[in-house]
Amino acid sequence: MPDLAWMAWTWQTAIFFSVIAVLLLVMTALAIFYPETERIGVLRIPTTRGDRLFISLIGSAFINLAWLGLVGPDLWWSLGLSLVYAAAVFRYV
Amino acid sequence: MIKIVNNKAWFLVLPVFAVVAFSVVLPLMTVVNYSVQDSFGNNQFFWNGVGWFQDLLDPSKELGGRFFDSLWRNLLFSGIILAIEIPLGIAIALAMPREGWSVALSLVLMALPLLIPWNVVGTIWQVFARSDIGLLGWAVNNLGIDYNYTGHTLDAWITLVVMDVWHWTSLVALLCYAGLKSIPDAYYQAARIDGASRWAVFRTIQLPKMRRVLLIAVLLRFMDSFMIYTEPFVLTGGGPGNATTFLSIDLVKLALGQFDLGKAAAMSLVYNLIILAVCWVFYTVMTSADAKAERVEA
Repeated sequence: MPDLAWMAWTWQTAIFFSVIAVLLLVMTALAIFYPETERIGVLRIPTTRGDRLFISLIGSAFINLAWLGLVGPDLWWSLGLSLVYAAAVFRYV
Repeated sequence: MIKIVNNKAWFLVLPVFAVVAFSVVLPLMTVVNYSVQDSFGNNQFFWNGVGWFQDLLDPSKELGGRFFDSLWRNLLFSGIILAIEIPLGIAIALAMPREGWSVALSLVLMALPLLIPWNVVGTIWQVFARSDIGLLGWAVNNLGIDYNYTGHTLDAWITLVVMDVWHWTSLVALLCYAGLKSIPDAYYQAARIDGASRWAVFRTIQLPKMRRVLLIAVLLRFMDSFMIYTEPFVLTGGGPGNATTFLSIDLVKLALGQFDLGKAAAMSLVYNLIILAVCWVFYTVMTSADAKAERVEA
């Protein structure tokens, strides 16, 4: 096991990256077992599941930052909001 | 016909993936880890939660104040140089010769500034604009204008903008020139038969045909100016005061000057997010414009 002390891991960030890694693995599995075609949603651009994941993640980052800057440090609410946003992106975009 | 999709080619990407993992993903993960902690060196870290981000997004705090100030400066700088370089580049491309020996000459001349490294460009202008020994600075001062880029904010900005325009307008011009060259002669002949004016030819033939290259030019110039570091660092060092301290310069001051790893990590993550979002928007607009053009052509 290499020494990873220089990366300054915390369990919180480890969970964060694990969730993203799991999402990528799920996406890969979906792409292999359930191939898809692009579709055009409310943004009028063709998107795949991967595109929608990207839009969800980057949008969630901005939702959380906006919540932190405008409302306060209680980010569970903005996490919930992000999940709603992600669901909407996967449904309509 | 059934198109067989074979994804085995993805294995060819593995070496790149390994390189990117070491040079980008691991450092990025480390930055994320730093951003939620504080360190006094010696590889000891203390949990700080979202504290740095909270400071960063609050303009009344020291960190937030300097972050938003440099962000606005950066956006203003990108806006100004785009507003100058794009029209100027188009005008130069339209004025460049289309045939004969002068084509090669003008292409080489246009490419010259692009070949000069950033820090050399900064040094050239640093000397060129000095009021004691620099040709430009000396001449302007002798015209009776009090010009001093190390002392006056406006002068520093003008010098920076002129330097960037000098360095990068030819990129826009060369891209536009390539776009213009791809227009078949038949378009111009048809326009002549219709008796179209020079302006009408530009509006209805040349500008639409340059759309794609212009998008690329705007994207490249925006990203480059939004990440600008070397030239202002060499020319003004971020001064006078903090007048030309752009995000990247501020980030280096924070991370390597003050060694505030947590604050710097939080700032660089937000900076990175902005760049990522802008890139995605540009890329999407570009690819959907391409797809639309292909549908029209088909």
